[in-house]
Amino acid sequence: MTGEKIMQSMIPMHERSNGLGGGFAGYGIYPEYRDFFALHIFFNSESSRTECETYLRTTLEIVRSETIPTRTIPEITDEPLIWRYFVTPLRSVLSSMQVDEREFMSRVVMRINTVYKGAYVFSSGKNMGVFKAVGYPEDVGRFYRLDEYEGYCWTAHGRYPTNTPGWWGGAHPFALLDYTIVHNGEISSYDANRRYIEMFGYKCTLQTDTEVITYIADYLLRKQGLTLEELANVIAAPFWSTISRRDADEQQRLRYLRTVFSSLLVTGPFSIVLGFEGGLMALNDRLKLRSMVVGEKEDMVYIASEESAIRVMEPELERIYAPAGGEPVIVKVKEGAY
Amino acid sequence: MVKIEAEGKSYVAINDEIHQHAGDILITDCCGQRFIGAGMGNCAIKIQGIPGNALGAYLNGGEIEVFSNAQDSVGDTMNAGRIVVHGNIGDTAGYAMRGGEIYVRGNAGYRTGIHMKAYQNKLPVIVIGGTAGSFLGEYQAGGIIIVLGLNRDGKKIVSNYPCTGMHGGKLYLCSDCQDVLFPKQVTAHTATAEDMQEIAPYLEKFSQYFGMDLQQICSQTFTVVTPDSQNPYKQMYVTN
Repeated sequence: MTGEKIMQSMIPMHERSNGLGGGFAGYGIYPEYRDFFALHIFFNSESSRTECETYLRTTLEIVRSETIPTRTIPEITDEPLIWRYFVTPLRSVLSSMQVDEREFMSRVVMRINTVYKGAYVFSSGKNMGVFKAVGYPEDVGRFYRLDEYEGYCWTAHGRYPTNTPGWWGGAHPFALLDYTIVHNGEISSYDANRRYIEMFGYKCTLQTDTEVITYIADYLLRKQGLTLEELANVIAAPFWSTISRRDADEQQRLRYLRTVFSSLLVTGPFSIVLGFEGGLMALNDRLKLRSMVVGEKEDMVYIASEESAIRVMEPELERIYAPAGGEPVIVKVKEGAY
Repeated sequence: MVKIEAEGKSYVAINDEIHQHAGDILITDCCGQRFIGAGMGNCAIKIQGIPGNALGAYLNGGEIEVFSNAQDSVGDTMNAGRIVVHGNIGDTAGYAMRGGEIYVRGNAGYRTGIHMKAYQNKLPVIVIGGTAGSFLGEYQAGGIIIVLGLNRDGKKIVSNYPCTGMHGGKLYLCSDCQDVLFPKQVTAHTATAEDMQEIAPYLEKFSQYFGMDLQQICSQTFTVVTPDSQNPYKQMYVTN
């Protein structure tokens, strides 16, 4: 499906954002380069681009580099330089560093975002891409010509920043490798989470709370090998009183996760959608201080903050429900279908 | 009856039309427009499609009827009038309402009736036909919440933490509530004939709006929950 439908779904959600950030993630959009990491990068100037590209060439093979096609529209202004690179790590570098390509790429992203002034990698997965800007999401989608991309999964977000700057890098989704996060809410535990996750080489550089959830997902899923359910049990851990009412094995499992990863408990209101290669996970905070609705029809699943956004995409649903707080909704595309 | 075609219109435009007409209004193809009927006093609005959040916010009279689902904060801070929803509703319905009535045929989301209160001769009432989500009647200070749990296929009538912070009003659950855990600060007892007398008019309206069998509903066991003034509410969010 093209990005057209999800752009339409953002129109009735207009009131939920204030024009200071909108963005999309599309999965399956670069099939012709599916074996290459697609780096999407904002540059503040030509000199920051030159400097960053010099670094890229020392560690990566760049098979294609180009500006990301955009439409000039009055709603989106002051754009930085927006480039994408299809790359693969040099084998010699990988073997000398003794890391796999995903670990290597995550280090490249962190290095660019912290060391190279005026350069921000905002998308770094394979066969997927994030597109974001300052503006309302429906305009951001038109700006990036998302109607011209086809994918198997899309996420979108309209931002209403309340306590951090509205800038291009601060729009959602936040991405590392193929993990992307869109988030409705605010994280009370941000700094506790940030201090913990930065011990493992992640650097929070994008000036807003949601970024840290992306790195938590990458750390727990990729580095620690947790399942999606376990990730949900860590970041939206049930209350101790709720745990004490579960059966013995479940209590032990939940206590273990809450204890070992106590610094990764995310408190404060949130509903998030985590995108990854082959699927999605939607999750509310355990008190459910933000709304979330899930709709289903045939082999399609739709998730949104409001039912009306879903009805725009599919008026006749077979099922519609609101998941409970802390209860993950995991959607996986059939193996081989992406 | 005046027809308002909602497609492509902002909530401001729709509410302007409502205010111009005042009378019987049919809104068609509604899709997420918020605040419909906000502060309205005297019309009867029927809505086709999905009205947006805060439907009938500050409603001060008249009636709103929705034929599908409604979203979050139905009847936010409403003062008088009636909202009837034939589908399900989202979270925080009746937020801080202090008068009027909300009738829902299906299920309700989290925090139904949060901060609901009565005032002088005003008594807000919410009737949910299906089940209610967690934190039902959170910080309830007055008024009546009734949950009937009809067609719930073994699902609990209410999820976790009902009546957290409740310090006034009454909650009626059509269940013996053996599987419901209430906080220490409230008292639950089986409804008496007098309790049932108090809600009879609301149950009658519910069965009339949705074509339900009143006798069957009234023949069930109801549990009534009220705050225990000897043992007031202290905290929830701090020691988690």
